[in-house]
Amino acid sequence: MTAKTFKRKSGRKFNEMRKMSAEVGVIANADGSARFSWEGPDGKKTNAIAAVYGPKKMHPQHLQDPEKGTLRCTYNMMSFSVEDRIRPGPNRRSTEISKIIQWALEPVLMIDKYSNMVIDVHINILDANASTRCAAINAAAMALAHAGIPMRDIVSSVSIGKLDKELVVDVDKYEDSVFDEGEGASDIPMTFTSNGEMTHIQIDGNIDKKQLMEAVGLAREACKEIYEVQKKALKEVVK
Amino acid sequence: MTERKIVIPGEVIAEGEDYLPGEGTEKTDKGIVAMRFGLAEKSGKLVKVISLSGVYQPRRGNVVIGKVENITINGWFLDIGYSDNAFLSLNEIPRYVNKDGLDEVMDIGDMAIAKIWAINKRGVDLSLKSRGLGKIDEGIIVEINSNKVPRVIGKEGSMVNLIKDKTGCNITVGQNGVIWIKGDSIEKELLAKEAVMFVTEKSFISGLTEEITKWFEERKK
Repeated sequence: MTAKTFKRKSGRKFNEMRKMSAEVGVIANADGSARFSWEGPDGKKTNAIAAVYGPKKMHPQHLQDPEKGTLRCTYNMMSFSVEDRIRPGPNRRSTEISKIIQWALEPVLMIDKYSNMVIDVHINILDANASTRCAAINAAAMALAHAGIPMRDIVSSVSIGKLDKELVVDVDKYEDSVFDEGEGASDIPMTFTSNGEMTHIQIDGNIDKKQLMEAVGLAREACKEIYEVQKKALKEVVK
Repeated sequence: MTERKIVIPGEVIAEGEDYLPGEGTEKTDKGIVAMRFGLAEKSGKLVKVISLSGVYQPRRGNVVIGKVENITINGWFLDIGYSDNAFLSLNEIPRYVNKDGLDEVMDIGDMAIAKIWAINKRGVDLSLKSRGLGKIDEGIIVEINSNKVPRVIGKEGSMVNLIKDKTGCNITVGQNGVIWIKGDSIEKELLAKEAVMFVTEKSFISGLTEEITKWFEERKK
């Protein structure tokens, strides 16, 4: 396979993720909290912090669902998270990603009995160097578990990049937005449970079916590694 | 023989057909699987998960301390630190109350020790019909994380009894993390409060009872 000889700018192997670190219970006043980050060899990070509040009564009242509990995610990029300051506050992109994160997490939550209630997940991106939504999902999954929310499983998320014709695991900023050789770059974030069931996939760019299946396989393997990091962080929080 | 370990959601606690799924667990084809983060406990055949973090989850029979939030024609709504309504019905008061004078018994902002006698879709139902329950008139209230309550109470009440002995205060620990301390003087009450805060901060160390005894001796000097 050609992928094995392919040189990434960061010097990583095609299936090598950036260095991961995770921490649980980082926000004392939240009901559950966690931080997840990827740090590249160049020292640039993707760092997400998640705080869970609730279950609490849903306000405004017209949004209450008497049949089941609601999950509400808020994704936000801090103004200092990228090299050029970004305008703070919600925008089209963050609203969309919030919804995506919610959909990625909902399948594992068992919140049916929390009628009229909401679980708020606030995710802030402290450092952005691509794959922020994946880091956000990883942090949110740990924070939800830490908050004692009933869940079937923990989810882990990773992005697969297609650089020209090659597949790489865990794209960084260069691979995400600078690379433009041959067919250019496309980015495929995916989320899996620890059992290898998929809860979320997004594709922007072109990829054929065979290569997509290959990408899913790579992501599933990478998520196993992420799961171990999440598991370790959760177990360490109890002294 | 009880066996304990920390588990995360989706983790298999016990394999095979020999075990029964208890609270926080579910039986799947892989065995007994944890459905929440916490401490898995195998006692005999039963496997359950005790939560270690998160908001207070009311349970039937829990004694809680709540603050009156609202008064209706037939009872009171109490805030017990849980998002659902906690209703104390007029019928669950061990004395006659004039229907026009509910606020004379307990007004908004008053606190009461109550017991949870039912949990249903509409919320939590409280009762005052038991010993040691009722409105709180004096003393101080300390709020802690509800997950630390078992440590404050200690094995068969050993920790709370020790603090009671050393300070001479009367202490009631609500399962929702609200603690009522009543002593003869404010100094004693504050000492008891400090002792409770000490226990919650050091809740993870073993031999905490000895530690708190030492702490009291140092405080005496």
